[in-house]
Amino acid sequence: MIIEWASLVCLALGGLLSMAGGLGLHRFPDFYSRLHAAGLSDTLCVALIMLGLAFQAGLTLVSVKLFLIFAFLYFTNPTASYCLGHAAWRSGLKPYRRGQES
Amino acid sequence: MRPDLLLKVLAKFLIPFILIFAFYVQFHGDFSPGGGFQAGVIISAAAVLYVLAFGLELAERGIPLRALQYLSSTGILLYTGVGVACLLKGGNFLDYSVLLDNDVAGQHLGIILIELGVGITVASTLTLIFFTFAHWSRHS
Repeated sequence: MIIEWASLVCLALGGLLSMAGGLGLHRFPDFYSRLHAAGLSDTLCVALIMLGLAFQAGLTLVSVKLFLIFAFLYFTNPTASYCLGHAAWRSGLKPYRRGQES
Repeated sequence: MRPDLLLKVLAKFLIPFILIFAFYVQFHGDFSPGGGFQAGVIISAAAVLYVLAFGLELAERGIPLRALQYLSSTGILLYTGVGVACLLKGGNFLDYSVLLDNDVAGQHLGIILIELGVGITVASTLTLIFFTFAHWSRHS
């Protein structure tokens, strides 16, 4: 019963974070702030969703696989964001200033 | 800190795991989702990651273009060779049951061999396409 509720809370929080990231991606004015919204929220969102699913699965092979997926995304997601931001900076994209057309 | 250090460290850490997963998809493909095509695509994804992190010169020192061309024909040759072997043993083309004395074992061997051929061809062809495009963008 407690495990069911913990799983529910984790999944709901993860979904909420994912939605916040999507909203930020839609609403923010330029590339860097959008990257910030998507890249930051995604890692924790994946962690929470995997934790919720692991509560459902219990201590089985399935939760080990979920942990492996989480570890993979935990390393690749920030690196991908970093590479995107770095490539945009090197190709000369300037960050948004207030009062500027987006 | 050099700006590409992060990507290099991550690629060095991840590429072995990507390759292990590719071989798992290849050789476990008859019991679980997967098969030759998917495994080949995963192997070539590892090659693309290597080129993105370390550059084309190092990658071509590891696998020259000529070797990729030979590999991509070797896979098709393996596939067709299994089919012709079935013909020579008295069955239809790609009728694996006649490969061994036991029907089930023969089908198992045939499937694994042709999936290996598909995997080799897909991996080397996709890597070859990526290498060719990388050369092309450098020269133009």
